[in-house]
Amino acid sequence: MPVIELQQIEKSYGPVQALKGLSLTVPRGCLYGLLGPNGAGKTTTIRILATLLEPDAGSVKVAGLDALREPRAVRCELGYVAQEVAIDKILTGREMLQLQGDLYHLRPAERDARIADLIDRLGMESWLDRRCGTYSGGMRRRLDLASGLLHKPQLLVLDEPTVGLDIESRSVIWELLRELRLQGTTVLLSSHYLEEVEALADRMAIIDDGRVIAEGTPDQLKQRLGGDRVTLRVREFSNEAEAEQVRQLLEPVDGVRQVVVNRAQGFSLNLVVDGEQVLSRLREQLDAAQLPVFALAQSRPSLDDVYLQATGRTLMDAELAVVGQRDAKQERKSSMR
Amino acid sequence: MTSPVATIPSRATEQGPLADLAQETLALTRRLFLQLVRRPSTLIAGILQPLIWLLLFGALFSNAPEGLLPGGMGYGRFLGAGVIVFTAFSGALNAGLPLMFDREFGFLNRLLVAPLRSRRSIVFASVIYITSLSLLQSLAIIGTSALIGYGWPSAAGLALVMLTLLLLVFAFTALSLGLAFALPGHIELIAVIFVANLPLLFASTALAPLSFMPIWLSWLASLNPLTFAIEPIRAAYAGPLDLGGVMLEAPYGAVSGYQCLSVLFLLAVGLFLLISPLLNRKLA
Repeated sequence: MPVIELQQIEKSYGPVQALKGLSLTVPRGCLYGLLGPNGAGKTTTIRILATLLEPDAGSVKVAGLDALREPRAVRCELGYVAQEVAIDKILTGREMLQLQGDLYHLRPAERDARIADLIDRLGMESWLDRRCGTYSGGMRRRLDLASGLLHKPQLLVLDEPTVGLDIESRSVIWELLRELRLQGTTVLLSSHYLEEVEALADRMAIIDDGRVIAEGTPDQLKQRLGGDRVTLRVREFSNEAEAEQVRQLLEPVDGVRQVVVNRAQGFSLNLVVDGEQVLSRLREQLDAAQLPVFALAQSRPSLDDVYLQATGRTLMDAELAVVGQRDAKQERKSSMR
Repeated sequence: MTSPVATIPSRATEQGPLADLAQETLALTRRLFLQLVRRPSTLIAGILQPLIWLLLFGALFSNAPEGLLPGGMGYGRFLGAGVIVFTAFSGALNAGLPLMFDREFGFLNRLLVAPLRSRRSIVFASVIYITSLSLLQSLAIIGTSALIGYGWPSAAGLALVMLTLLLLVFAFTALSLGLAFALPGHIELIAVIFVANLPLLFASTALAPLSFMPIWLSWLASLNPLTFAIEPIRAAYAGPLDLGGVMLEAPYGAVSGYQCLSVLFLLAVGLFLLISPLLNRKLA
């Protein structure tokens, strides 16, 4: 039985429709990635899962429980690591964890044993008894992860857990997430970093404009897209005429699906081909025409290609498009009770 | 909590709902007190301000002609009751501030993600905290005013002082918590506190008896909840306690000690009932 079942979720903030019929199913024991640009609806989805927000329409099931009817039962099963870490600066990390443990009704002995265990796993011993106000971003995020895990939830939900973190904190968090998955905890994380989802997730969904536009394992998504990517440069800096000439030469080659001249990259050529064997055919063709080869590289399609295919723009472009469009004040207000 | 799937490590063994409620309320209260101990400036300012009132304002009228005040009371002793009430009142009026900051900084969301037995525990913790704090500040003022010679109530009188303050603190804590949820931010809350504070003091019998006031002000003062707290406390300081006796000669008639306390009780209950729908909505 899936741990998360979202069906046709709709949610608007005033005139802005954040989720437009989003559906998502996350199987048990899975490390699931939600990939999408800023403003795609990832945080709204996660806040609905965490019972902080009620959708305007749709059904939300977490661990088999109806989150709209039994939110308290859902809260017991779920650990939530928010994007903006709200901590009490004047308390120490340990006091924050004790507070959290009491809010989840752990017995003091059990609570303190859990805290000791998490100190160990997250490398917090040297600073946990300092006040939270002195923590770096990485320490805060680790503390927040510890609070999310304190009550041993069967589902851990993280909203962009490694944004802006130092490398060490990022690797500690990645390591812990992998370990949790091995121990049977279901993990859902949102990210707008391709490499994070690629490195961690068993399954993933790409979210864009309030909907899921692709779903599967990262490999499936890439295979579904099909073909390999080839980048070819006949010279380090070619010109348009030459690039066009090469394009016309290579387009008829068997196994070449598409040739695009990339002006931004010094008139290099980007090809989509059917497999490795096409590469040697390309070389033969270029040799016959007595053209030099400065660089010829082949790669599997990336998740960015998947995103590009589904939306017609790269993830980076999508990020840039929403910069300045979001109203931080409005968003903060809507998250305030 | 029973979960339909039992594959994952089980949760804490169940304890009763009351034990849960006590645990979460205690933890939230503990947090507020830790904040107070590590940032004691609120507590210190809350004691210093009324002390300055007591010393300076008390001295202001020390050479006033004898028999100016009803019952031949010295001005310092007269003022004492007013300052004690003002201290508790200001403390309670600030009750909503920590909650407002939690709303604004998102800490409240952290609390709301937890499976609290009742989200009212967030309100309970605030009430426990602010009540203890206000009573502590008032006790400091009671002690000081005794030291500078303004008198000390009898044991029964002290019990009456505490009961009166408790009712007053409950009422204004409810008001402040309601405002903390109703207003958009701490700037607005502080503005309301600022505007409410002094006028309520001046339009009461804290600084002068009703007989000194023009009729319109004496009407205001005898409708002001602070007056209903000040008069029983003043009576507790004045001598033998008689709650049935007249404590306030209001323009609309005589008010007894029992009536003063009843008004405060009804006000506290009424204000909690008034903010209840708001709390339900915001904490739903």
